Amino acid sequence: MTTGLLIVQILNGLQLGILLFLVAAGLTLVFGVMDFINLAHGVQYMLGAYLAVTFVSLTGSFVLGLALALAAALVIGLALEFLVFRHLYERDHLDQVLATFGLILLLNQGVKMVWGAAPLSVPVPAFLAGNVALMEGILYPTYRFALIGAGLAVGALLWFVVEKTRTGMLLRAGASNAPMVSALGVDINKLFMIVFAFGTMLAAFAGAMAAPILSVEPGMGDNILILAFVVIVVGGIGSIRGAFVGALIVGLVDTLGRSFMNDLLRLFMSAPSARAAGAALSSMLIYLVMAIVLFVRPEGLLPAKGRA
Amino acid sequence: MSIASPSVPAPAAAAAPAKRRPVVAIVLFALLALLPVAVSLGLPSHWLTLVTRAMIFAIAALSLDLILGVGGLVSFGHAAFVGIGAYATGIMITEGRGEALLILPVVLGLCALFAAVTGAVSLRTRGVTFIMITLAFGQMVYFLAQALSAYGGDDGLTLYERSTVLGFDVFKNRIGFFYVVLGVLVACYAVISVIVASRFGRVLRAARENATRVAVTGFHVGRIRLVAYIISGMIAGLSGFLLANQTEFVSPAYMSWPRSGELIFMVVLGGVGSLHGAIIGALAFLFAEDVLSGLTEHWKVIFGPMIVLFVLFTRGGLVGLMRKLGVGRHD
Repeated sequence: MTTGLLIVQILNGLQLGILLFLVAAGLTLVFGVMDFINLAHGVQYMLGAYLAVTFVSLTGSFVLGLALALAAALVIGLALEFLVFRHLYERDHLDQVLATFGLILLLNQGVKMVWGAAPLSVPVPAFLAGNVALMEGILYPTYRFALIGAGLAVGALLWFVVEKTRTGMLLRAGASNAPMVSALGVDINKLFMIVFAFGTMLAAFAGAMAAPILSVEPGMGDNILILAFVVIVVGGIGSIRGAFVGALIVGLVDTLGRSFMNDLLRLFMSAPSARAAGAALSSMLIYLVMAIVLFVRPEGLLPAKGRA
Repeated sequence: MSIASPSVPAPAAAAAPAKRRPVVAIVLFALLALLPVAVSLGLPSHWLTLVTRAMIFAIAALSLDLILGVGGLVSFGHAAFVGIGAYATGIMITEGRGEALLILPVVLGLCALFAAVTGAVSLRTRGVTFIMITLAFGQMVYFLAQALSAYGGDDGLTLYERSTVLGFDVFKNRIGFFYVVLGVLVACYAVISVIVASRFGRVLRAARENATRVAVTGFHVGRIRLVAYIISGMIAGLSGFLLANQTEFVSPAYMSWPRSGELIFMVVLGGVGSLHGAIIGALAFLFAEDVLSGLTEHWKVIFGPMIVLFVLFTRGGLVGLMRKLGVGRHD
């Protein structure tokens, strides 16, 4: 375990954490404000990636393709909101879970029909190709730095909107007590729509940004959705700050666990059994972290104010 | 199917189970028992395999109904128990310990242990957090199975024989196995019915409606829910044991999270909280899957919207529908 390798893996962990934050932030907002559990949120991440594949190859420009993909994802998201989600806000969580589960089946398979089952990819944009030398002999791709930077920038923007603008104030109020916000004369349906559009865009942005470095395939949203759930549970439901902290913890623990668990176990195990145990343990690690956090603080690390 | 909003009464669960006459269930079991006869009279033998599989999933759905329908706890990780049962069975058969009387205690013990540990953590939370946590724990077992490279890892594990009972190859005969599965289904239905009608079941149901009031009355709500969770997990493990024996194959896909979603849909499809509803839901689900997947490989494109429409436009599931049509009245 060299320092260089450690730095590379920490960067990889940060990068996963940033992607998770973008997905989890939307999910936690939608849940916090609307009391709506949207399993199809992961599908929106997947759609962002697929739309990026199509639009980047159509326009030949990454930036233009990204913008068009986001716009298209927003349109699809709003269409789903209008057709399905809107009718579920008043229902119990069981109905919400089931209906959005049905949407996942539809969209995962639909994506397979439209784009095929084989993994696709988006070329890394030319202006972000190449590597950055971290230290002697250790290179790290520029695009991954750009991804971390873009994620942090979006995170900062989100923080600004939520903490410093009037819309953000309403969001926070809605997350604490939506009926009261409604009673004070705020158009809660419009607020819900804004929150939902926000969440969709964040997930699609994460998917599109991930497209050049991960393979774009059906079901890619499911794994990230479940990781986002772990993030939200660890961070505290409805809390953006919690999502940020949770995402970094999950990203780092998962990446570092997968990279170094074998070496760690080999200190007191034979190589083959360390490999077997390491694979099993590292894939369970984040869930164990989640269990421990929950055991100590059932409401998560940084729960939203005003929620129990 | 009201769990969060008290304004909508839970239709199927509202009737006191003690007064229920399990007419629908008895008719259902009788019809199932006649299926091998129908097959011998010319019904395609594909039906035997399909219904056996459907009954195995009915056992899992039944166990889920105990915590989801009666207890009001939406567990999204129930397929994990099926998977644990299937893997314990598969690994023991592979290791030459195929005797069912050896396997069953291991299956039940492992499922009880997993339920006790994960339940102790996840039952500390409510509502949506509970959904997310059970989902995450389910996924944890899924990844664990994928990492089991000695037993097939991602590819799964093919079994070259079925379990024996006291050394006899009872499971080899398809009709024999059919009746074994039916017998287990009837037994599980009976056990869960007794549990639901008991004092324990009443408290569990009461806690769904108002946990605080039950706690104030002097019951330990958390402990009661944990016991229900453990019982439910053990019964689901039993269905995993049967599933591994039927398919002669175990794979991580048995506990992938869409499986858990499908189990929930089976329960809701039949009607939450009415136990025979879970059985009807499982049968209907597997028939629909069989028919649709015969039509097109993209059957989920049809099935997904069916689930959405079902949730948006029906209340009370198939049992609720039957009740509206006057079938299976309980009172």
